[in-house]
Amino acid sequence: MAKLRGNAAIVGTAESDLGLVAPDMTPFDLMAQGTMRALDNCGLELSDVDGYFCATSQSRMAAMAMCEYLGIQPKYFDSTQIGGSSFMAHVAHVQAAIAAGVCEVAVVAYGSTQRTVSRAAASQRDPLPHEDPYRPMMPPSAYAMAASRHMHQYGTTREQLAAVAVAARDWAKLNPVAFRREDLTIEEVLNAPMISYPFTVRDCCLVTDGGGAIVLTTPERAKDLKQKPAYVLGTGEYISHATITCMPDMTVSGAAHSGPIAYKAAGIGVKDIDVFELYDAFTINTLLFLEDLGVVKKGEGGAFVASGAISPGGKTPVNTNGGGLSYCHPGMYGLFLLIEAARQIQGVCGDRQQKNVDIALAHGNGGVLSSQCTVILGSGDTL
Amino acid sequence: MSDKAEKSPLAVFREHCAKGELAYQVTKDGEAIYYPRIVAPVTGGKLDWKVSKGLGTVYATTTVYPRKGDPYDVSLIDIDEGFRMMSRVEKIEPMKVKIGMRVKVRMIPATEKEPVYPVFDPVEGA
Repeated sequence: MAKLRGNAAIVGTAESDLGLVAPDMTPFDLMAQGTMRALDNCGLELSDVDGYFCATSQSRMAAMAMCEYLGIQPKYFDSTQIGGSSFMAHVAHVQAAIAAGVCEVAVVAYGSTQRTVSRAAASQRDPLPHEDPYRPMMPPSAYAMAASRHMHQYGTTREQLAAVAVAARDWAKLNPVAFRREDLTIEEVLNAPMISYPFTVRDCCLVTDGGGAIVLTTPERAKDLKQKPAYVLGTGEYISHATITCMPDMTVSGAAHSGPIAYKAAGIGVKDIDVFELYDAFTINTLLFLEDLGVVKKGEGGAFVASGAISPGGKTPVNTNGGGLSYCHPGMYGLFLLIEAARQIQGVCGDRQQKNVDIALAHGNGGVLSSQCTVILGSGDTL
Repeated sequence: MSDKAEKSPLAVFREHCAKGELAYQVTKDGEAIYYPRIVAPVTGGKLDWKVSKGLGTVYATTTVYPRKGDPYDVSLIDIDEGFRMMSRVEKIEPMKVKIGMRVKVRMIPATEKEPVYPVFDPVEGA
């Protein structure tokens, strides 16, 4: 089998416009904007791109649409759609495509206008005849039920969940482009309008527009570009279910599988990781992923986050950009985790930059804790 | 080989509901399967229909707070025969639904807008 460790590197990153974008912008406009900004970021041209990967909930055939929009005929294209972890899966597929010699310069892009057009309009749901009669508010109710199990089995409290939201906000204050940067306290999280118990609106991710892109290429081509490469050391993909009714154990996510697969591919352990970017669609996510990726033991996530460990200055930096809870969340947030993880390795994160980041983990989540994909990035020193 | 399905799994499930029965499927090894399917997961084998006694235990629960209207329950119920389903626990305030609570099935009859579907009530004295 081809050696995949380090065979591709993220060399360019860019966000598109974020927050509330101009009226009548489309997801494709945002993907195109992100693509060109990411290519400019690393010094490559659109004509260099021979692999194009993208997904958005607002298009059934996103890669096709983007090839037309950009006027490119890449040798490899992929619009795998597994929700917010799609982009981690795309990175895994980029590695495979590069190993197979099918492409050399790949773009992974995302765009969403869900704040402009409404969340319901941006993410049409599959009909589920055995769930729809009960009107779960999806996705929050699925994650809320997972939280109910965690609280029941491990004594996790609403205050501990709220600590995740407060930590994310404290990181967002260090990120000039974060959507919410004002002070947030545990009490304010607890007293915010209830959405689906135990979640208030502050336990839930933002609803913003936004998009972006990353550019990946071979280590050989990465050497001559403008940015320090963030090498793809390992990836892991896992789908445990699609509907929340079929999740095998609601206190253990598929990250317990995708994480070890990625660690093995990267040849590292959890202790080697300097920063964690974990898909925080809801406050329970961060707890589950800290546990399932092996940072803490199962059931200890609540006490860990309440101790301040994941906040700025804590021993385990998590969601250094402010996360989906406070930085931005256009519906399928995974790409932004990859952007932040790469930038932490590049050392370009300004006030929130962590010191000596050699290994960064980006963990994506899709559906209702359904798809879990982990990507581990490393500096040149880790090769 | 062509053996066209005469009824969808969903149609069979709803026919049982209309008779007040909570139906589920079992594999040839006796494993309970829900939601109803054409083939068994993992093996791809045949599935047979059975009718549950309609008793179960709340596995996970949330109370939904809609923008308009009263809060309501959404729960996952572990049915005694060994399958899990989404439903709503009624006849109790939604915030009083607890994990571990014993519940019994009841059918909400079909209307012009919605087909018949099962909900659950707390078991008295359980």
